[in-house]
Formats: sequence, C-alpha cells, structure tokens
Amino acid sequence: MLCTPILSTTHTHIFSLSQIRVKPDHSGVVTDGVKHSMNPFCEIAVEEAVKLKEKKLIKEVVAVSCGPTQVQETIRTALAMGADRGIHVEVSGKDYETLGPLQVSKIMAALAKKEEAQLVILGKQAIDDDCNQTGQMTAALLDWPQGTFASEVAIEGDKMKVVREIDGGLETIQISMPAVITADLRLNTPRYATLPNIMKAKKKKIANVKPADLGVDLTSRIQILSVNDPPQRQAGVKVETVDDLVAKLKETGRI
Amino acid sequence: MSLFLVLQIMPVIDVENLTDLEKAKMEVEQLKKEVKLERAVVSKCCTEFMEHVQGLVEEDTLVKGIAEDKNPFKELKGGCVWRMRRTEAVAVDMALLERTFRLHLTANRSLFKATAVCIKRQLSEKASSKIKDASSSEASDHILYSPEHFALKETLKKIVDQEINPHVDKWEEEGMFPAHKVFKILGNAGFLGVNKPVEYGGLGLDFSYSVAVAEELGNINCGGVPMAIGVQTDMATPALARFGSAELKREFLLPSIMGDKVACLGVSEVGAGSDVASIKTKAVRKGDELVINGGKMWTTSGTQADWMCLLANTSDGPPHKSKSLICLPMNSPGIHIARKIDKMGMRSSDTAEVFFDDVRVPCQNIIGQEGMGFTYQMLQFQEERLWGVANILTMMDKVIQETVGYTRQRKIFNMPVLYHQAVHFRLAELQTEVELLRSLLYRATGMYIKGQDVTKLASMAKLKAGRLAREVGDSCLQYWGGMGFTSDVLVSRFYRDARLMSIGAGADEVMLGIICKYMDTMPRK
Repeated sequence: MLCTPILSTTHTHIFSLSQIRVKPDHSGVVTDGVKHSMNPFCEIAVEEAVKLKEKKLIKEVVAVSCGPTQVQETIRTALAMGADRGIHVEVSGKDYETLGPLQVSKIMAALAKKEEAQLVILGKQAIDDDCNQTGQMTAALLDWPQGTFASEVAIEGDKMKVVREIDGGLETIQISMPAVITADLRLNTPRYATLPNIMKAKKKKIANVKPADLGVDLTSRIQILSVNDPPQRQAGVKVETVDDLVAKLKETGRI
Repeated sequence: MSLFLVLQIMPVIDVENLTDLEKAKMEVEQLKKEVKLERAVVSKCCTEFMEHVQGLVEEDTLVKGIAEDKNPFKELKGGCVWRMRRTEAVAVDMALLERTFRLHLTANRSLFKATAVCIKRQLSEKASSKIKDASSSEASDHILYSPEHFALKETLKKIVDQEINPHVDKWEEEGMFPAHKVFKILGNAGFLGVNKPVEYGGLGLDFSYSVAVAEELGNINCGGVPMAIGVQTDMATPALARFGSAELKREFLLPSIMGDKVACLGVSEVGAGSDVASIKTKAVRKGDELVINGGKMWTTSGTQADWMCLLANTSDGPPHKSKSLICLPMNSPGIHIARKIDKMGMRSSDTAEVFFDDVRVPCQNIIGQEGMGFTYQMLQFQEERLWGVANILTMMDKVIQETVGYTRQRKIFNMPVLYHQAVHFRLAELQTEVELLRSLLYRATGMYIKGQDVTKLASMAKLKAGRLAREVGDSCLQYWGGMGFTSDVLVSRFYRDARLMSIGAGADEVMLGIICKYMDTMPRK
C-alpha cells in the first residue's frame, strides 16, 4: 500500500464557454471580465486523485495552479472536491500571457521533486489552446514514465496499470511509480462540490510560490504573431440533382 | 580595595508632589494596560466560541421559535463575531469610562476624554474591520445572502447547466422527466435537504438557503422540473421533518433527501381544491391499520412517486381538527393511478389523478398527532409560497432578458424592435415590478428566519408573483411576435407554465382572502 503524496495540476484556468472576442490588436483574445473556470479535463484529474485517496492508495492530494490571483478560486474548487492542500504558483502579467506547456511542465517538474510526489495527474489538454503537451513534457523533464489519455488507472503495488485511449482502440500499459498520468474524458465523472465541502475547503491551506523560487525560467520560446477570428460561415447554395451538384463543384473549381 | 556597588538607578517618583494631571496620566496608562488584557481574554473567548460554532453541524433548525444563539448556521456568517466584538467594545468602553470618572475631576478632563475617545475609536475601528472581514467582497452588500449562499448557488447552477437544461426540451415533449435520476443527482450534491435535519442527510440550514436554491432552480428552462423539485423539498416533506416519528423519518424522509425516493403530495381532490377543509378521502382505523378510501387530484410526480404525503379525514369532527397527514407508500395495493393529466403547461412534470380503494397502511404512518394534519399543512404554506415566488422571479428575469436580446436584433420599420419607445419603456416597467417583488421576498424571508409569522407578506408575494408572471409572459410574448407563438422559444413555454402560479398552491382568491383577514376587512359575523 502506497502512502505518498500526489500532485494534481489544475493549472488550466480557462475561459468559460461564452462570447470569446479577439483583441483589436490581434495579439490574443480578450480576457478581462471573462469568467474563468477549471479545465474540464483537470476536473477529471482531480476527481481521480480524490478517488485514489478514498481508496487509501495515496496519502495526500495537492492541487497546483499557475497564474494570477484568480486561479486561487480554481484551487478552492479542487479543495472542495477533496484535495488536501493547494499550491498557487504566482505568474502574472506578461509572463502569464506567454505561459505555455514548456514553462508549466518545468514548474510541475520542480514542484514534483520538491514535494517528493509519487504521482502527477493532469488533464490531457486545456480546452483553450488544445496543446496536449504539458503532461508529456513534465514526464520527460522528470525522466518518469507516463500514462497519457488514461481512461482507467489502477495502482498495483509499486506499479500502475493504465488503460489508454488511442486511435485504434484501447491500450493497456504497466508503468512503475513515480509516474505522470494525463486524464481523458472517460476516466470518471467529476463530483459536484457540496456546501459542507466548500466550507471545509475554506480552511485548507494554499501555499504561495514564485517560479523563481523553484528555479524556473519563464521566458517563452514562442512568439504569437497574430490571432484571428475564424472566417464567417457563408450562405450555402441548394441544388436539385446530383448532376447539378457536380456541375456546381466543377464551376467553383472545387474539383 | 573599594567595593563597587552597582545600584540600579530607579526613577524616583516624588508621590507627594505629583500633580493631578500626572496622576491621571499614570492611571490612564494603567487602565490602557488592563483594557488590553481584558480585550485579549474576550477575544480568546470569541475565537473559541466561533470555532465551536463552526464545528457544530448537528442542530435541527426547523422548529420555529428556536433561540437565535442556538442556531449555528445563523451565526456562521460572521454576524456572531461582529456582534461579539461590538458587545466587547461596548463593555470595555463602559469599564474605561466608569473608571475615568472615578478619578479626580479637577484633573485635565480633556486629556481623559481624548484618551477615552482614542481607545474607543481604536476599539470601534477594530470592530468595523472585523465587520469587513466577516463579509467578503462579492456578497458584502446582499441583504439576505452570504458567500455560502452564493457558493451553494454556483454548484447548483453547474448541475442545472450540465444535467438538466440539455434535456428539458425532450422531457417537455415526452410529458415527463426522469424524477429518480434527477433527484439522485441533486440528492448526492445535498440540494434536496437544505433546511432539513442533518441526521437525516440534510444540511440543517435556515430557510434563506432554500430560497437561494429556489432562485437558482429558476434557471431551468421550464416550470415543470423546478415545481417537482419544490414538491419534494418544501411541500411533501416539511411536516414529516418537523413532526414525524423517528421511524417514519428513517423510512420516508431520509431516502427523499438522499434522492432515492420520489415524494408527492396528496391534498387536492376532484371536489376540493381551494376549500381544503372539505376533502372527502377517509382513513378509517381498523385495528392498528388505517383503511383509506377516496381519491386525489393534481398530484405532481404522482405517476413516479414512491410515497405520498396524504391528507385524509381520520375522524368525524370539526373539519379543521379531523384530518391527519399520512405517509403512504405508492406501491400499496388498492392505489390506482387513474390517468396522467394532459396539461396546457408544466408539461415536463407528470400530474396524476389517483384513486384509493381500501388501501391499508399502519397507523404509525400518521405524521405527528392525529387530527393535526390540517394545521401541519397550513404551517408549511408560508415556506411553499415564498419558494414559488423565488423560483418564478428568476424565470421572469430570464424572459425579460431574452426579450431584450431578441428585440435588439429583430428589425421592424428599419430599426430594432427594442428601439421603439413603447417596447423598452414597457420592459423597464416590468423589470421595476420584478425588483419590487424581489425586495418583498427578501424582506419576508429575512423576517421568517428570525422566527416571525410572515403569512400576510408571503400571501401578498405569491399573489403578486402570479399576476406579474402573467403580465411579463403576455407583454414579452407580444414583443416576440410570431416567433413568440412558436414552440421553439422559451417565452411561449413560460407563458403556459407561469399561468399556473395564480391557480396552484393557493389560488389568487385565497391569497386575497388571507390578506383581507389580516387587514380585518372580511365581513363580520
């Protein structure tokens, strides 16, 4: 039976799915006043971590998020779901705008070493940038095995059995701990935080850490050149027969 | 060899020649020290009490008239801390003042006053900063809700958005929603027993939390589902929670709060709606069983329910003293669900007509005292009515907002419909009345949780809600034009669903009668 802490990242503090508008200077999307919430895949990751703790397979769940002060709300949500304590890695302003998977994975690697974690669980990707890189990079930096797109996770002794969702179907692998897991959609259904848990979460601790304290350099290797709206959908044309359709397609040069 | 004696030089106070002023200054210094110590002790007591209070979760707050200091959740908002700090500030204040007066009045009075005022200001500043600590940024101005209320609403909103709203259109078409499934999800998250006792799975909070839940359920895109939830939480179960025996509560209340059993309310009959006292269903005692004959009408969730909270005549006597509330399992032999009623609105809620043909039920299933059924039912009407008002207010807000959105983009005569003065002025009138009704709701709820009788205000609120909902529905539907007349939009569903508000749970005329009774304008005998 393992009694070890696990880190669970709720790094992705994403925009709620309402009106997204591109900034006038095309450097990104407008984030002021937009409600942020936890990335759905990260919710699944937190739920899995809490489930493992309830099965007494791990000792402690630590929720981590990187960003400005607002991410503390996201960490509180994770605490209300059952995490024991939180770590808020302060990143704000220009650094936050250029914060990408490479920087986050460096932070996660540093924290995992510092906290002596045995398991790092992340969401498979953030739904705002769809990068799907952080988990993999973290594993590489730590030189740990990884089980990505997990739809089932089981701890057996000091090894983990992970069922992964891949293009051809499902793949089952066995990896040794410590390891990195990224959660896919079908891993579990996240619980709703009940009021008593929300109130308990208020008393749980969230530690503040700066990237510099962890020895992490946040400079980005990527520069965003421009962000543009997808083209407006044009009206379609109706045709009567298949021949008409072929003719029309030829006409507009599509075939 | 000389002996060096190191003498500690002490400032020699020439006591005889001290002026009164200096004496006074010294006494004030001394008092300040004592005040500090006293405050420290009181603060420690305050903090310990607060911790104790916050640890307390097992108090039944349902019985009205319960002493305020025994209700843990009322204090949790920090009101307790604030009150304690204030009391402490005043108490120490008084002590300080008292002692200064005992000093020589020939001394520099302004010095004392200044010192006293300084300390008083310090204390009151401390007190006011504690008030600020007690209320957080977003909720600091709300007249009724604390951050806990908002946290509750947020979780419920997630459930409504993810588990309920995506399916509402389908359920409206099918004429039923899966009550067991939905109630289980709500029960797991703790929303079916917000003001029910903790030992039966509830949260043990006061009625203001139920109102918060009711408001949030108004975000559901139909009236039927919230109505069924309201029956489960605030119509079929309050009397049981308050007056039922422990066995009854274990069998019926606990699973209802957990979401495992669906409850329905059997009060109205074919021949008796507003005139509840004239119901005819009888429950005759035979041995230690009750034999029930009769029928019930307008039973929300009747086709899916596991048990019914039944009001029946258990004796012959004056109509207000002859009825009892009985917990009736719906799978008992002799119960016939005659039909599912096809209604104009509230279509996602199944409404049943039920018949009882020699249905047998143990006598222990009577809730509380025999003959008190009518009174018990009346007691929960205030909650039922305020709940309905909270629910429909959110829906009215939504309809008005959607109408603004639609009329902004819909053009007639070369400009948006919204830009025509008649339209935006009318919407402003409607929104004004919605806010007025909301204020009445919060006022009545605030008084109710302090233990006051709000029958008059609750009846007024329900009366206004029913009538305002009809106005909002009618006016907004008009501005939607032809689109409003289709089934594809929310406003037409609201028009149909909200019409029930003036009829069910106490018709407008009954509300008017109650208000007149309180105004003493009813014809005198």
